[in-house]
Amino acid sequence: MSIRDGGFIDELRSTENSRLGLYALLLAGIVFYLFPVETAVMTMFKTESAFARTLPFAPPGGDGFTLDALATAWNTLRPGLLNSLLMAIPATIVSALLGSMTAYGLTTISWRGQVGVVVLIIAGIFIPYQAVLVPLAQFWFQVLPGLLNGFVNTVFGFITGGNWQYPSRNGYVQLLQLSITHAAYGIPICTLLFRSYYQSISDEMIEAARLDGASAFSIYRNIILPLSLPMFAVTLIYQFTQVYNDLLFALVLVNEPASQVATQRLAALTGGVVQSFNTTMAGAIVAALPTLLVYIMFGEQFAKGVAGE
Amino acid sequence: MREILSRLLATGGRLRSAVSRDESDGDQLATDGGATVKTTRRDSLRNSLPVEWELIESAPFWLPPVLFAGFFVYGAIAWNFLLSLTDYNGLGGAQYETFDLSMYSRLLSDGAFWQAAQNTVVLLVVFTVLCLALGLFVAILIDQQIRFENTFRTIYLLPMSLSFVVTATMWAWVYNARNGVLNQFLRLFNLEGAIVGLLRPAGVNAEVIQWLSWNTTALAAVIFALIWQFSGYAMVVFLAGLRAIPTEHYEAARVDGASTVRLYARVIIPQLRASAVSASVVLMVFALKAFDFIYALRGSQPGANMDILATMMYRVAFDSLQWAYGSAVAIVLFALALLVIGPYLYSEYRRGEL
Repeated sequence: MSIRDGGFIDELRSTENSRLGLYALLLAGIVFYLFPVETAVMTMFKTESAFARTLPFAPPGGDGFTLDALATAWNTLRPGLLNSLLMAIPATIVSALLGSMTAYGLTTISWRGQVGVVVLIIAGIFIPYQAVLVPLAQFWFQVLPGLLNGFVNTVFGFITGGNWQYPSRNGYVQLLQLSITHAAYGIPICTLLFRSYYQSISDEMIEAARLDGASAFSIYRNIILPLSLPMFAVTLIYQFTQVYNDLLFALVLVNEPASQVATQRLAALTGGVVQSFNTTMAGAIVAALPTLLVYIMFGEQFAKGVAGE
Repeated sequence: MREILSRLLATGGRLRSAVSRDESDGDQLATDGGATVKTTRRDSLRNSLPVEWELIESAPFWLPPVLFAGFFVYGAIAWNFLLSLTDYNGLGGAQYETFDLSMYSRLLSDGAFWQAAQNTVVLLVVFTVLCLALGLFVAILIDQQIRFENTFRTIYLLPMSLSFVVTATMWAWVYNARNGVLNQFLRLFNLEGAIVGLLRPAGVNAEVIQWLSWNTTALAAVIFALIWQFSGYAMVVFLAGLRAIPTEHYEAARVDGASTVRLYARVIIPQLRASAVSASVVLMVFALKAFDFIYALRGSQPGANMDILATMMYRVAFDSLQWAYGSAVAIVLFALALLVIGPYLYSEYRRGEL
């Protein structure tokens, strides 16, 4: 960033004392933002006796680092991690793809009145999920099974013998339902991200393709999609962390223990009667691993998604 | 209908910036804003298509996703509102008998609801204001042409990549009364005993500071942890705003002999209004949704001291299975969210941002 070179900034640079103070504040910021994480990591590596003897943020001391708590937490959370990935990856891809299509239909093809649709979609980003929870549970556990059972038993009654049951208590079906739900609720934010990106694409390329007689679909397929790849990276990364991190929908939609996701298992571990902080801290770190890895590898793209750029 | 027909018949319903091309399927002339350009017959057909055709052409792209999301978002909200007018209880065969506003009148006389509503508003206002202030301060620090800017930014934004459940787990340990980080840290400086001693005349009878159990500290503890998690977001938004301010504004202020403090207070910060508005809307929505955080911090039964509307809704609907009553709480929460986002979306629309 060189646009600020010279003038005011040079003056700031030249005053050594204020620069020292500036870096002291920035380092204090690092302590503030990292101390809970550092404490969690230190606690995770301690034995029970070292846990009792040492300060929470200090290293384990004489007993040394141990992986016992980590192993316990890993065994508790591993199925949850797998379920989370199984649920979050398809939901992320579907919502990003649908968001890109929506943004294309509402941006590069212009028709009057589309602002109304855009407002409805963007408002969807800000809806508190509590306002949809009860109908959501009713839809997945009552309405849809009722419809499907009725349909299958009416149409294919001679095969199923008239007592086909939509397996709403099947763990994998619940995960699929959760994934579909996340895909639907991800569409608004994905649309917003793609829309601001498509608004910056020059019209001329699209106009030229149209004049050559390209259909709306082939323009999307051959011009827009290849151009969107950087934005897909941003959207997929941001949306993956959002879906993976959610607890509320999972609490309501997944009640089979075998198909619980990582956040659910961690919440159970944290809220348990017997609290061993070594294990819960290890659990927090393990549950955070996928999004932490994504963040460390793609921090810049994540920041772009956060800022809605 | 007549309007649509007449526009269909009119030529050049929506003229494009036509590109001159030579193709063999017959050239003809079309006017574009007064300028005469050579186009093909196919082009002129497309140029003469009215706006409604674009609607039909674009519908396959946006309509299915919008219906899919709209069913889950707006369909569910409408259904939720209808439910809140009934006395429907649970998934079992039980049906509703009444269809009126009784759930809302019950809310008005429910002390737990007023407590949760008060906590929600306090959380909303205090969290948003402090988060914006801290985010702005950090953004200004980072904007001073520092070394390792990327490293600082990455670390400051890191908490936002963690889930509410993870941060709640970490902060539960920080706030733990017996040997949590905060109390142990205070103990190092003999501050904990002093604080507990100070509170004793006020009727507090405890050996240690119980951050999450005391009425006076529980909500503050939640707010502080949420600021830790989201101030990085405010920083990112303000940093983008700062970077958009032209260098000349800094130089002009310098020529006028303004001090650094005056420069920021009078020239720079007033220009960050748009960033502040969009960041505060998103932060308020985060605060309204802080369910995951409080749920994981205290389990599904938080004391009244940190119950917000989001946790109350879940407790009422899914723990005590009073679905209609929970739906009424949800509608109040939704109305609160509308109060925040309605004016925001309208102003964005007026500014031509949508």
